[in-house]
Amino acid sequence: MHTLPQQLANGLFLGSMYGLIAIGYTMVYGIVQLINFAHGEIYMTGAFGALAIYTNLPSSLSIWAALPLMLIGGALVSVVIAVGAERLAYRPLRNAPRLAPLITAIGLSLALQQAVFNWYPDAKSGKRFPQLPGGPFHIGSVDVQSGDLFLLGAAVICMLALGIFVRSSRTGRAMQATAQDPDTAKLMGVDTNRIIIIAFAIGGFFAAVAGLASGLKYGQIQYNMGFQAGLKAFTAAVLGGIGNIYGAMLGGLVLGIAEACATAYIANVPGMEQFGGGAWAQVWAFVLLIVVLLVRPQGLLGERVADRA
Amino acid sequence: MTALLEVEDLRVAYGKIEAVKGISFSVDAGQVVTLIGTNGAGKTTTLRTLSGLLKPVGGRVRFDGKVLTRVPPHKIVALGLAHSPEGRHIFPRLTIEENLKLGAYLRKDTAGITKDINRAYDLFPILGERRKQAAGTLSGGEQQMLAMGRALMSQPKLLMLDEPSMGLSPIMMQKIMATIVELKAQGTTILLVEQNAQAALSLADQAHVMEIGTIKLSGTGQDLLHDEGVRKTYLGED
Repeated sequence: MHTLPQQLANGLFLGSMYGLIAIGYTMVYGIVQLINFAHGEIYMTGAFGALAIYTNLPSSLSIWAALPLMLIGGALVSVVIAVGAERLAYRPLRNAPRLAPLITAIGLSLALQQAVFNWYPDAKSGKRFPQLPGGPFHIGSVDVQSGDLFLLGAAVICMLALGIFVRSSRTGRAMQATAQDPDTAKLMGVDTNRIIIIAFAIGGFFAAVAGLASGLKYGQIQYNMGFQAGLKAFTAAVLGGIGNIYGAMLGGLVLGIAEACATAYIANVPGMEQFGGGAWAQVWAFVLLIVVLLVRPQGLLGERVADRA
Repeated sequence: MTALLEVEDLRVAYGKIEAVKGISFSVDAGQVVTLIGTNGAGKTTTLRTLSGLLKPVGGRVRFDGKVLTRVPPHKIVALGLAHSPEGRHIFPRLTIEENLKLGAYLRKDTAGITKDINRAYDLFPILGERRKQAAGTLSGGEQQMLAMGRALMSQPKLLMLDEPSMGLSPIMMQKIMATIVELKAQGTTILLVEQNAQAALSLADQAHVMEIGTIKLSGTGQDLLHDEGVRKTYLGED
């Protein structure tokens, strides 16, 4: 169970989840220099949106047929909330001191948690989430669940698509330009407000995918699942270099693997027996973050901010 | 014939400080008009207001017959008014080619865009040699060429150049000015803001001297080149 390949696999799946959520943090920061503290709740509401669809579908429908509908439902909720937040809460504060939208984001995060807690039927404790049939699969010496495969597949597809979109499409280029120099982007004819909305929407969609995948993997969702996942994903984004999309993916992966390996191996180091296991995994993940930032403050793939005249 | 650009009593303020205090001038199609003056005269503020990045507090701007108040910058570009900003502002982490493509952001004719990109490389061969290089690695002069090439990609009716010679070596400055002369020969309408008064006045049809927010003197480029006051203040003659 605690073999290296198994831990790496666990880390890979965990990392995919963090990466998907981290993309939302990094895209928003890259384009409007805002840490969207409500993004964890966008992930959470996406999961609840997917569950709501599932609960209202006829029970004769197989989970496979329900899956695309659940994704659409979850994505709708996440994207509407993300874009709504930008339009109504963050945009009016675009020229305010930096602290103002930050506080708004925290307030929004709390509001969303409480909204689900109070209004989603029986959400005060965890809600059961359907799981995918089949598995566990044995690939080599590694055990893999269906939910894990879904997560990995979805993450890979999303990230490849995003990479291609940003690098090769006209809108992707406009997004890069807006992130680097919004005023000059406007001089190119770019509607920067629209570009910003697209960034929020993409982040929201990815969070919804992660929310659905999380539900499928763990078999349950809670109103406060966004807090810890959001914190980890934000850490992943910073670790990889905040603002850098590839950094978010890499940071997610590194964090996931570090967490999985810390769970398994730290306890084997003589003298460190009490510092292993699940409880300490989080600690080691953050220790890793601190070490990386001490050595490389801009994150793994981040750039030092220095432009030529 | 109505002018392509008409500026009427334009006033621009930063909070309580009025940077442009009611200036009026016009640019006819095919002309090169220049605004010269020292730092802080309000020249850059004027251009940024014309392209929509700043909102005036008074006065009126008409471009190609349309009034520009309240029109956002990305729509002003669509009308045919291009602005190559002070300090170049190329997109540093995009390649030269991607920068040029962004200049053509509003265009849909892929074949035409490719043709114009190649024309930019004809105009500025060094850009062609480095087309896949990140724009942030270019020298000041090369970035200026890129900024001009990029502004031309939208096939503007009027091209506004803000301090193209700023921070450039004398050789580079000459090259840039020669390029502007060539653009003028091709019929491009240009509004040029420059600190290098000698160069600007030599190639301008119409010139205006700005001083702390107002236009102090106007005339043809040649007239001002030989004006006593201008020679003393801006051309370093004694």
